[in-house]
Amino acid sequence: MRNPLRPLFPYLAKYKKGYVVGFAALIITQLVGVTIPLVIKEAFDALTRGVTSQRLAFLALLLLGIALTKAFFQFWMRWILIGISRDVEYDLRNDLFKHLMRQDTRYYNEHRTGDLMAKLTNDLTAVRNIVGPGIMYSANTVVTGIVTIALMAHLDLHLTLLALAPLPLASIAVKFFGQRIHESFEKIQAMYSELTEKVRENLAGVRLVRSFRQEDPEMRQFDRMNQIYVEKNKRLIWITSFLWPALALLFAISFLLILVVGGEHVLSGKITIGTFAALNIYLMNLIWPIVALGWVTNIIQRGLASMGRLWTIFAVQPAINDRLAPEHPIQELNGEIEFRNLTFAYNGFPILKDINLHIPAGKTFAIVGATGSGKTTLAALVPRLFDAPEGAVLVDGVPVRHVPLRTLRSNIGFVPQETFLFSDSIRENIRFGVPGSSDSEVEHAAEVSNILPEILSFPKGFESMVGERGLTLSGGQKQRVAISRAIIRNPRILILDDALSSVDTYTEEKILRHLTEVMAGRTTILISHRVSTIRNADEIVVLHGGTIVERGSHEELLAMDGHYAELYNKQLIEESLEKEI
Amino acid sequence: MADSLHEEEVLGKAYDAHLMRRLLAYLRPYRQVVFFALIAIFLYGLLQAVPPYLMGLEIDRYLDPTKRHQIPQGLLHFLSANPRTGILQIAFAIFLPTVLLTFILQFAQTFAMQLVGQKVMYDLRKQVFEHLQRLQMSYFDRNPVGRLVTRVTTDIDVLNDMFASGVVAVFGDFFTLVSIMVVMLKLDWRLALLTFAVLPLIILATALFRKAVRESYRRIRLAIARINSYLQEHITGMSVLQLFNREERSYEEFQKINGAYLKAYKDSILAYGLFYPTVEFLGVLAIVIILYKGGDMIMGGTLTVGTAIAFIQYSQRFFRPIQDLSDKYNILQSAMASSERIFKVLDTPVLISDPARPQKPAAPRGPVEFRNVGFAYRDNHRVLENVSFTIEPGETVAVVGHTGAGKTTLTNLLLRFYDVQEGSILFDGVDIRELSLHELRSNFGIVLQDPFLFSGTITSNIRLGTEGISDEQVRDAARRVNMLDFIESLPGGFEEPVRERGATLSSGQKQLLSFARALAHDPKILILDEATSSVDPETEHMIREGLKRLLENRTSLVIAHRLSTIQNASKIIVMHKGRVREVGTHQELLRLKGIYFKLYQLQYKDQELLAPAEPAPGS
Ligand SMILES: Nc1ncnc2c1ncn2[C@@H]1O[C@H](COP(=O)(O)OP(=O)(O)OP(=O)(O)O)[C@@H](O)[C@H]1O
Ligand SMILES: Nc1ncnc2c1ncn2[C@@H]1O[C@H](COP(=O)(O)OP(=O)(O)OP(=O)(O)O)[C@@H](O)[C@H]1O
Ligand SMILES: [Mg+2]
Ligand SMILES: [Mg+2]
Repeated sequence: MRNPLRPLFPYLAKYKKGYVVGFAALIITQLVGVTIPLVIKEAFDALTRGVTSQRLAFLALLLLGIALTKAFFQFWMRWILIGISRDVEYDLRNDLFKHLMRQDTRYYNEHRTGDLMAKLTNDLTAVRNIVGPGIMYSANTVVTGIVTIALMAHLDLHLTLLALAPLPLASIAVKFFGQRIHESFEKIQAMYSELTEKVRENLAGVRLVRSFRQEDPEMRQFDRMNQIYVEKNKRLIWITSFLWPALALLFAISFLLILVVGGEHVLSGKITIGTFAALNIYLMNLIWPIVALGWVTNIIQRGLASMGRLWTIFAVQPAINDRLAPEHPIQELNGEIEFRNLTFAYNGFPILKDINLHIPAGKTFAIVGATGSGKTTLAALVPRLFDAPEGAVLVDGVPVRHVPLRTLRSNIGFVPQETFLFSDSIRENIRFGVPGSSDSEVEHAAEVSNILPEILSFPKGFESMVGERGLTLSGGQKQRVAISRAIIRNPRILILDDALSSVDTYTEEKILRHLTEVMAGRTTILISHRVSTIRNADEIVVLHGGTIVERGSHEELLAMDGHYAELYNKQLIEESLEKEI
Repeated sequence: MADSLHEEEVLGKAYDAHLMRRLLAYLRPYRQVVFFALIAIFLYGLLQAVPPYLMGLEIDRYLDPTKRHQIPQGLLHFLSANPRTGILQIAFAIFLPTVLLTFILQFAQTFAMQLVGQKVMYDLRKQVFEHLQRLQMSYFDRNPVGRLVTRVTTDIDVLNDMFASGVVAVFGDFFTLVSIMVVMLKLDWRLALLTFAVLPLIILATALFRKAVRESYRRIRLAIARINSYLQEHITGMSVLQLFNREERSYEEFQKINGAYLKAYKDSILAYGLFYPTVEFLGVLAIVIILYKGGDMIMGGTLTVGTAIAFIQYSQRFFRPIQDLSDKYNILQSAMASSERIFKVLDTPVLISDPARPQKPAAPRGPVEFRNVGFAYRDNHRVLENVSFTIEPGETVAVVGHTGAGKTTLTNLLLRFYDVQEGSILFDGVDIRELSLHELRSNFGIVLQDPFLFSGTITSNIRLGTEGISDEQVRDAARRVNMLDFIESLPGGFEEPVRERGATLSSGQKQLLSFARALAHDPKILILDEATSSVDPETEHMIREGLKRLLENRTSLVIAHRLSTIQNASKIIVMHKGRVREVGTHQELLRLKGIYFKLYQLQYKDQELLAPAEPAPGS
């Protein structure tokens, strides 16, 4: 049978040394521990025979010495074994996060944030419980069990066998209930994920919830999920609250057998009272390991259920990677972009069809087109947020898949259509693209996007914190910080995806003027719905339903009197209005 | 120095007691069950004292040849003189019923308390979530989503242990302890007192330990909230992170946060690692005392061997609950650390709430009036200053102005996401602070500047949880924003799944969906904050035409940068740096040759010919 814990081995292997020492401490602790009843037995045997108080003092001191030794090793056992489990948790969480950072956009479209959060915290804790207390107590149970039973057998084999007769039942119970725990816990964790996501989404959309007075429906939904979560927990409660007392009961039966048969043996002179007492003490020592068995089962089964959930993260290999990057890849990009017979579909349904487009390095290129015509999609293919078919997208004549992701992306300044800022200071947000850039570089970047005066007017200037996603900035301020963030990278290719939509025309004009200076000799792709943004581009293409329907300069396109001219006209203020004057 | 430390400790203690009382209050609705569990655990504790006693009884009555023990009369009567029968009597008539009863009691107690634990957590989760639904927007400006999620989920889950195995079990352990102590005293008070001599040492150890773990627990709660916040933020912003090659940096940052969590735990492990062996050692110390002193007494003939053996067993059982108690103490500590944070959320006052006696306007339609409104998000940074204007019923009012001028802020104030600091906003002549929030907001349908979609379906995003919006209305709303064809082209149509924040839709489509949502809610006043900024002009034009009739008698407030969007407005308000600078119709504003004129010129360079070059004075 395959060990279900196998995936954890590489993580444990790192702490091999620690485990060796920890287990050694554990074994010593137990070995030393079992001698305590022996000394007690010795004392009582002596007492019934009559003994000197010197001998008694010696035994007492011996006991004290043993106890000290035990305590010493017990400390190391805990400190090492439990400590390792936290280290493993730390390593695992780092690895999970690292793995997540390599996943592409498509992955995040399919996975819910709340679920991932729950996995990296709650499920991980369950797994760590296996590695720490789970392993430690299992080992404890095994060692204590073996040693104690061996000693008992040494004292009275017959009696020991009899006393332990109920134990196989315990293992059956553990197995049976373990299975149930596993199943229940899996469901509980899945529900926990959902609950987390519910809360997360509700809070992320708090403005929407409030403005549409969705508080009550939201509370009702949450309440329902909360109830289901409790229901699922209840099923587990049945099992766990039964398992421990049941194991204790089984154990009590052993005790009963000793009471009866052991008594008989004493009467018939087979064993001494001291032995009888020692056997009892040993049995007492077995209680905790056996009851712990139930506890450990619970921990392990929960952990295994969570492990299954965690490893679904590792199971998905990042689809966008450097697999095709050659051994000596290009290091520098010039900024030429080409789409060659590009057809692209998200889920089988083609969004872009047969696109052929060549954007020479250093040109300003504009894309317009109706909502949903595929502009963002086209732009996203360049930095490989999604992967186009092999050879369909090229930079500097090289298929993008042959350029290392790092090189590719660090040559691109991308301003996404929806602005995402991190909850940090404005300075750090602009510096985001180039860690370690100087303050004057930051200021310059802010100047280009025409936000510098505004930032300086804030009480804390560049140190002003923006809320999550840039919450505490206005729409246009966010967009301009995002533009600065891209500009500061000094990229060969700048992509502005509708990045001026929340900016007034006055500001827009200034930004565009700055951009022509900064981006001289570099490639710029402008996506916009506003004619004012794109009219000065070297070339404009019109996308419609995923294909290029028109291309040319502003004047040429107007002359064509097609889609572009229509778009242009729609933006004019209706003449009738003007005539009223 | 030492004084101030001490003070803090005392403060902490008082606070603990306060927290504890507050937590225990959550048990009130389930007091019957808790009471039942208490009784069960009480009996359970008593029964714990039985088995060792039987052991001693058997030895003294039947096994020990020296037979020096006094056995109670009742039992002597009951127990047969024949050792073999007697032992069977002890085993089956006394021992077996005892353990069966123990089993039942333990099961009942565990089950009852775990159940109560779940119920209490349910109540708490509900309470925190509901409180969050009432807190004002400024709270959410300051608190990252991940942190608040932690409060509702992880932090509350930590309390499970406390309710399930903490509160009641503490009493159980206490009963066990007391009953064992009583039996021990009865058996031999001198030896008992000697054994108890180790108790002060244990109390000392516990006190030291408590100090050590307390801080680590607090740090743990802090760290887990930070981990959650970091994850929530960086997962939602993953593509930005990747586009800017931030993987390594973020990894380092994450490692740091994760490391703080590790460190806090390691500190608590160290404390535990020292504490447990100490308590066990003290347990053995007690045995040593019994052996040494008891041995003397046996030799002196003042103690029986049976009693001594029973004593050793008792002392073992006696230390278990003590160990348990200290264990429980930790559970409590950890629960304190998280309840501290949970209660902090619950104690955040709701600053924007319904008035005590809300006004009820008969048939509210407006007008909406801003009267000398002044506002700052943060104390010292004015965003609006002396803003006054009126939106008459049926009017379409447009607001334009540079970015950051305060346009969105107007809508934030109108919906009472924040409260004005100066002046007032009147709805139908009534200060909006006099209306209930629900009443006030029910008049508005808003398309927020940042469109937000829930994961669900297209329909669920248009309808939300509002009852009484029929499928037909959903469809109609979609048609009005020109989305019908697109939606019907989707494999699932209106039931097509929508991902988190609408990740699989284009930005324009998201805006249109948000627009449809506002229309479907059929509001009296429509607020469009850059509602079509990412929509192509053609679609926008079609929507405008389609909405003309619908909006005829409806009040609307439109914020836009694209002037073509607002050309039909009955009134245009030009905001600049938080002030209203120009008000009028398109034509009037052009004639002013002010800010609006400049915006217009920039947008319509080619159209300049059409612009009124020389407005006729007085027209
Ligand atoms: N939640 C907030 N906390 C603190 N400051 C804020 C908050 N929201 C906005 N601000 C600040 O208030 C000012 C006005 O912002 P507002 O969003 O009203 O501008 P706007 O006119 O809508 O601009 P835009 O056209 O760019 O959307 C800005 O300087 C902004 O930084
Ligand atoms: N991740 C995705 N998965 C599936 N379909 C998607 C995804 N992203 C976009 N689409 C669909 O692909 C089409 C093109 O979307 P895209 O975002 O490229 O449009 P766009 O031209 O940028 O539109 P807009 O002007 O509104 O920004 C849309 O119909 C959209 O619903
Ligand atoms: Mg787009
Ligand atoms: Mg705004």
